[in-house]
Amino acid sequence: MNGVHDMGGMQAYGPIDREAQEPVFHADWERRVFALFFGGFTGGFFNVDMLRAEIERMPGHEYLRSSYYEHWLHAIEALLIRGGAVTDAELKARIAELAAASRKEPH
Amino acid sequence: MSHDHDHAHGHDAPLPEVVLRVKALEALLTEKGLVDTAALDAIVDTYEKKIGPRNGAQVVAKAWTDPAYKARLLADGSKAIAELGYSGVQGEDMVVVENTAQVHNMVVCTLCSCYPWPTLGLPPVWYKSAPYRSRAVIDPRGVLREFGVEIPATTEVRVWDSNAELRYFVLPERPAGTEGLSEAALTELVTRDSMIGTGLAGNPGATA
Repeated sequence: MNGVHDMGGMQAYGPIDREAQEPVFHADWERRVFALFFGGFTGGFFNVDMLRAEIERMPGHEYLRSSYYEHWLHAIEALLIRGGAVTDAELKARIAELAAASRKEPH
Repeated sequence: MSHDHDHAHGHDAPLPEVVLRVKALEALLTEKGLVDTAALDAIVDTYEKKIGPRNGAQVVAKAWTDPAYKARLLADGSKAIAELGYSGVQGEDMVVVENTAQVHNMVVCTLCSCYPWPTLGLPPVWYKSAPYRSRAVIDPRGVLREFGVEIPATTEVRVWDSNAELRYFVLPERPAGTEGLSEAALTELVTRDSMIGTGLAGNPGATA
């Protein structure tokens, strides 16, 4: 597929940003996305090729402004909804519930 | 460097919404009995703490000290690496390319993030980033200079694009002056970047 993910040979993306002593995950939510990849994979809802194809179908501007594990999350959500593990409505309702709860908690 | 601080707030920073999405998804899957949280935690722990470039360093040090192993490694990478116990997800089909005075190999995944998990662990952010993926294939010597590696003009640079079916692994050159070192001591000289081809194996006494 000819999309923005196919970056080989493109120019002007800037310098390579390297981090010394880089941790495997940069936030706990990244760790959980990695876990959910294995959950969906071992649960038979998708395979690695399906995950990649779903990431490659992301709109280009969203792909470029989101991080690596956000790409994974986007694909995992779409594949789990398509596979019937969860519905879009369930997911939206739960996100709204959690958002409301987090607003009540002091930060 | 201010980099560590900037990282949490820069382009790569998630919106808090991402945290909510992950929590919601995991909660629903757990309630439906579709995922076993303890089993998933064990997998994450393995990739976070047990699998990493030390595995690949063992492969390299063995190849440096055992010519028969090196021949097997270059002939059938997956099989020779599995001899040391390193196989599994994202390492099923491995091709090992050897760096010499004549040829310097380096590896990229231009499409995404293909990387040999069993030997190197999960890839660093820069390997998955647009600047590396785009430029490695069009300006490899420029990229190597950014990593502090100057390859002589007389040495050919080959760039290998890893993909979902096949993952490349670089066998770095054994540093000069290491003839007397044991296999265990040699593993200390093998850096992660030397096995991606964006670095060289260290010299004895230097920190990797």
